[in-house]
Amino acid sequence: MSDLTMSRPEKPRVGLFVTCLVDLMRPSVGFAAVKLLEDAGCIVEAPVQTCCGQPAYNSGDRGTTRDLAQRMIETFQGFDYVVAPSGSCAGMIKKHYPELFEEDPNWRAKADALAVKTYELTSFLVDVLGVTQVDASFEGAVTYHDSCSGLRELGVKSQPRKLLASVKGLTLVEMNDSDVCCGFGGTFAVKYSDISGAIVDAKVKNIEASHAPTLLAGDLGCLMNMAGKLSRDGKPIEVRHVAEILASMTDEPAIGLAKDALRK
Amino acid sequence: MTVHTTSPQFKQNAARALHDPQLQKALNNVKQGFIDKRRAAADKLPEFEALRDSARDIKNHTLEHLDLYLEAYEEKVKASGGHVHFARNADEAREIILKICRDAGAKTVTKGKSMISEEIGINHHLEANGIRPVETDLGEYIIQLRNEMPSHIIAPAVHLNASQVEQDFRRVHTHLDAKRDLSEPVQLLSEARAVLRERFLAADVGITGANFLVAETGTSIIVTNEGNGDLTQILPRTHIVLASIEKLVPTLEDVSQLLRVLARSATGQEMSVYTTFSTGPRRSGDADGPENYHVVLIDNGRSAMLGTSFEEMLRCIRCGACMNHCPVYHAVGGHAYGWVYPGPMGAVLTPSLIGVDKAGHLPNASTFCGRCESVCPVRIPLPKLMRHWREREFERHLTPASVRSGLGLWGFVAKRPALYRLATRAAMATLGFAGRQRGRFSWLPLAKGWTKYRDFPAPQGETFQARWKRERNGRAA
Repeated sequence: MSDLTMSRPEKPRVGLFVTCLVDLMRPSVGFAAVKLLEDAGCIVEAPVQTCCGQPAYNSGDRGTTRDLAQRMIETFQGFDYVVAPSGSCAGMIKKHYPELFEEDPNWRAKADALAVKTYELTSFLVDVLGVTQVDASFEGAVTYHDSCSGLRELGVKSQPRKLLASVKGLTLVEMNDSDVCCGFGGTFAVKYSDISGAIVDAKVKNIEASHAPTLLAGDLGCLMNMAGKLSRDGKPIEVRHVAEILASMTDEPAIGLAKDALRK
Repeated sequence: MTVHTTSPQFKQNAARALHDPQLQKALNNVKQGFIDKRRAAADKLPEFEALRDSARDIKNHTLEHLDLYLEAYEEKVKASGGHVHFARNADEAREIILKICRDAGAKTVTKGKSMISEEIGINHHLEANGIRPVETDLGEYIIQLRNEMPSHIIAPAVHLNASQVEQDFRRVHTHLDAKRDLSEPVQLLSEARAVLRERFLAADVGITGANFLVAETGTSIIVTNEGNGDLTQILPRTHIVLASIEKLVPTLEDVSQLLRVLARSATGQEMSVYTTFSTGPRRSGDADGPENYHVVLIDNGRSAMLGTSFEEMLRCIRCGACMNHCPVYHAVGGHAYGWVYPGPMGAVLTPSLIGVDKAGHLPNASTFCGRCESVCPVRIPLPKLMRHWREREFERHLTPASVRSGLGLWGFVAKRPALYRLATRAAMATLGFAGRQRGRFSWLPLAKGWTKYRDFPAPQGETFQARWKRERNGRAA
C-alpha cells in the first residue's frame, strides 16, 4: 500500500466503480463519492459499467462471474485507481477476482493488477490519499454500522470514523455490536428471510439503543436492509450512506423516505 | 449409515427455532459470554495471532502426511500395549465398539463427551444390543435424558434453560424429594454428580473421544472442565478412544501449541481445567488405569476430503468459536442445522459427510459476514468453503430453480451494457415514480422474502449512469 502511495501520480485518474445498487437505487451516493474524490484532487471518470458479478459468485455460478469479472477488468484496467462506495463490491475485486482466475495465468495477472489498485471509498481517501478532514457539516449525532466485507476483507474500520470526526457539528455515538452483521447477505435476505429478519431485528435494537437519530454505513445493501426494517418498525431514524455526510450532500431524502420528508 | 438428519428441512427447523421462546432466551443468555471471554483471552496473549498461524501450519503438515502419521501412531499404541482398530465408516465403527464391549462383558458403559460418537450414533447401537451408555459430561447427560442431539460442539445443552433441566431431573431421578430446591445451576450439578458417581463405579467400559492423537508417543488427549473424562477412562477395566483420523498431530510439542489456541478460542480459558494424556493400558506399578486400551480410528468420509478444496476443513479442532460468533447460529441455535455439527463448521463439514443433496441449505444459510473465519484458531476459510459447496450445487443443478432463473436473467442483462442501461433506466424510473409518495414499498412482486420483514426503499428514479451521462458528457471529453 505504501509503495503505491509513494508512486502516486500528481492528479490520479480514478475510475469510479459505482456498484449496481448505487447506480440503480441511490445515484446521489455516487455523486457524493465523485465530490469527495475531486475535492481530494482526483480526476474522476465513470466508465460504462454493469455488475461485478458478486451475486452470481455467491450463488455458485463461477461461469457467469468470470464473464462479468473479465468485462470489469477490461473496463477499469486503464485507471490509476478504482474506487467504489462499497466495501463489499470493492472486496469482490480485491479479494475474490484473483481467486476466480486461479487456473488462468493470463487473466490472473490482470485480476491481480486490478485488485491492487481497487479501494473502498473511505479507505482510499484516508490510506492512499492521506485525507485527514473533509469540508462538511452535519448537525447531530450519528451511529455507524461496520459492514462485514469492508471490515473483515478490507480492514475498513477507522477510516470512516476518522473522516466523520472532521465533520462540523457531528458527533459519533457507537452502538453495541457495530461490527456484527445486519443480516443482509445479498440473496440471503430473500432466500432465508426468516433468519435475515431475526438478525436485522437484533441490529435495529442496537441502533435504537444508541439514541442517535441518524444511522450511517458504507454499503448500500446493508443500509437498505436496516432502513427497511427501521421504517417497517416505525422508528424515526434516518439512514444514509457515509459518503453523503462526508460530502455534505444531504438534500436528497434519507433512504426509504419520500421527497417531502426531508430532515427538519 | 450415520445418524438421522433433518438438514433437508433446515428452513422449517429454523422457523420453529425462531418462534421458540425458551430457545431464544437460552441463546440470548449465552451469545455474548463466549465472545467477550475469547476476546479477553486473545488480547492477553501477544503471540495469539502467531499461534493461530502455527496451529494452521501444524495441521496442514499433518494432513499432507496423514498416512505416515497414522502408521507411526498405530505402532506406538501397539508398543504401549494398546489396540488400534480402523473403521471406514459408522457401521464398522459401531460393530468394532460393540465387539469390544461384549468381549469385556459390559452392561454399563460410561462416556466422555465425543462428537464422533454422536456422528456414528453409538448410544442407540449399544442400547439396541442391551448395553447401557451413560453420558458423563453434564451437558451431554442432560441431552441424553431428553433424547436430544447436542446443539453445540462444546456446550451440548446450551439451548436449554436451568428450569428445563430441573424438570428433566425431576422426571428421571425419581428418588428426588419434591421439596428439594433445584432452582440454582449448582444444585442441579450436585444432583447430577451424585447420580453419576454410582455410574462411574459400575461401568465396565469407558468411552472417550480425543482432541488430539500424538504420533510420536501414541498418546490420546482430551480436554474437559468437569473431570468426568478422567473418571470415564481410569475407572473401568476397558477404555475405548474414539477418534476421527484428522485428530492426529506429530509431536507433543505440536499439541502444546494447539492447546494454547484451543481453550482460548473455545471458552476464553488459558487452558481447560483438565487436560488428560493417556498412553496405553495400566502398566505394572501404575496406581490406576484400564487393563485394556483400544483406539478406534474412524474415517467416515474424511479421507475423501483429502486433496479436495475441502481438505482445509480437516484442520478443525472443534473449539466452537465459529458458531459462537455466527449471527445465523445465534438466531436459530444448533438443532436447526439438523445433524451432528452446527454453525459454520457444520455448514462446511456436514455436506462432506452426509452429502450436499441432503445438507445443501447449510452452506447457503450464511450471510458470508466472515466473523467465523476471523476467529478460527486454525484459520479455516469457512465462507470460501461454503461458497465451494454452492458451486458444487450449481454445477449439479441443485440450486433452486427460482434462484437460478433470477440470476440467469441478471447475468444475461449484466453481460450486455446497452441492454443493462435500457432495462435499468426503465425499471428504476417506474419504481422511482411508483415509490415517490412514500419513499418505500411495503410489498413488491417477486420480493416477498424481503418485504415480509422490512420495507423496500424506493430508488431515486434516474440511474447514476444516466445522470452522469447527462451532466458530464460535455465535460468528460
